[in-house]
Amino acid sequence: MRNKIITKEEASKLFKDGMTIMTGGFLCVGTSDVGTAAIVESGAKNLTIISNDGGLPTKGNGLPIASGQVSHLIASHIGLNKMVGQKLNAGEIKVTLVPQGTLAEKIRAGGAGLGGILTPTGFGTIVQSGGDMTGEPKKVIKVQGKDYLLEEKLHADVAVLRGAIVDEIGNVYYDKTARNFNQVMAFAADIVIVGADKIVKRGEMNPNDVMTPSVLVDYIIKEGN
Amino acid sequence: MMDAKEIIARKVASMLKDGDFVNLGIGIPTLVPNYLPAGVEVIFQSENGMVMAGPSPEPGKEDPNLTNAGGQPVTIQPGGAFFDSATSFMFIRGGHVDFTVLGALEVDEKGNLSNWIVPGKMVPGMGGAMDLVAGAKKVVVAMTHTQKGAHKILKACSLPYTAVHEVDYIVTEMGFMVVTDDGIVLKEYNPEYTIEQIQEATGCKLIIDKDIKPMAL
Repeated sequence: MRNKIITKEEASKLFKDGMTIMTGGFLCVGTSDVGTAAIVESGAKNLTIISNDGGLPTKGNGLPIASGQVSHLIASHIGLNKMVGQKLNAGEIKVTLVPQGTLAEKIRAGGAGLGGILTPTGFGTIVQSGGDMTGEPKKVIKVQGKDYLLEEKLHADVAVLRGAIVDEIGNVYYDKTARNFNQVMAFAADIVIVGADKIVKRGEMNPNDVMTPSVLVDYIIKEGN
Repeated sequence: MMDAKEIIARKVASMLKDGDFVNLGIGIPTLVPNYLPAGVEVIFQSENGMVMAGPSPEPGKEDPNLTNAGGQPVTIQPGGAFFDSATSFMFIRGGHVDFTVLGALEVDEKGNLSNWIVPGKMVPGMGGAMDLVAGAKKVVVAMTHTQKGAHKILKACSLPYTAVHEVDYIVTEMGFMVVTDDGIVLKEYNPEYTIEQIQEATGCKLIIDKDIKPMAL
């Protein structure tokens, strides 16, 4: 089987101008440090990042945002990275705010071959009308007497994930609350890169512990490099 | 005299029953576990992917892969479980969470809630709040009654909504209120205030319950 383990430098060559990149993690818990560093090293510009949040000023998504490589951030929360607000006010970045559960489902839809999902979340709010950085107005569809918003799928060119234990063919085990968006994003990108805290031999992981099967993973980078 | 936050947290704690499945927002709601009566075990959900979230760890025992939805280190109780974000919001949106307890910038007599944006001033993002309010069985707003005297309980919210017609209960240091089709009913009052003072601190007409009683403080 093809060797999937690459260096940070090799990973950095995978990112190109204008790409859409999903990054796992929740306030940097479960965000790949080596993967986000590789994005910065690539120098790729005009990137769209899809992630739960804006990361922290000097960590995770904060790194490519700080370096000015990100022109559009699609996230549920940007409050803990003040730099995003500053770049927003300076007109240097576009932000689209998506309710967290809707974001997870839009990504799931993108990975599951669905055009989108119907959710009651945001009905009657500016998420429906598309006001204040919430994207396009959403179509309302009534199902069995209840109103839902049509939220379209999200898909990415590259997903940058983080696993606690990854075997050499790409099976991934996530640790505690570091799983968050990583598991669902593994389905929703053309190229999937996993930052691994620990890499083990094929056959060393109990198949019951595999949370993302290896077929979804294209590349593995060791964290801490 | 108890401070406002403690009064609010104690009242919310008294509303919860053994085995209830609850999500707590940031701020005052995080104080609720401190006041649960003995013998009442409430199961806390954290939207970043955990059931049976526990208290903060002892200093030095923090695990970087174990945090709450605010990114703060926490613990997990014996019997707890972890899961991914899509699953987490299946709990939340799917009606499996009994109570969501959260703060508000404004709440109105139609049960509309505004707590995530002040356009042009504070735009942190909604995080999981819109899903929680749309999906939980009961929505409890736990907040101070006014913002330095300015009304927060209104006839109609002025800020963009988090959700419409979803708030069930409002708990403040002045009283305990239930949102009904007819308006907001004051069910319990803090005896340190008169009913007139509570009405004055409220931006819409309160319906005084015929069986109104003092809050147990």
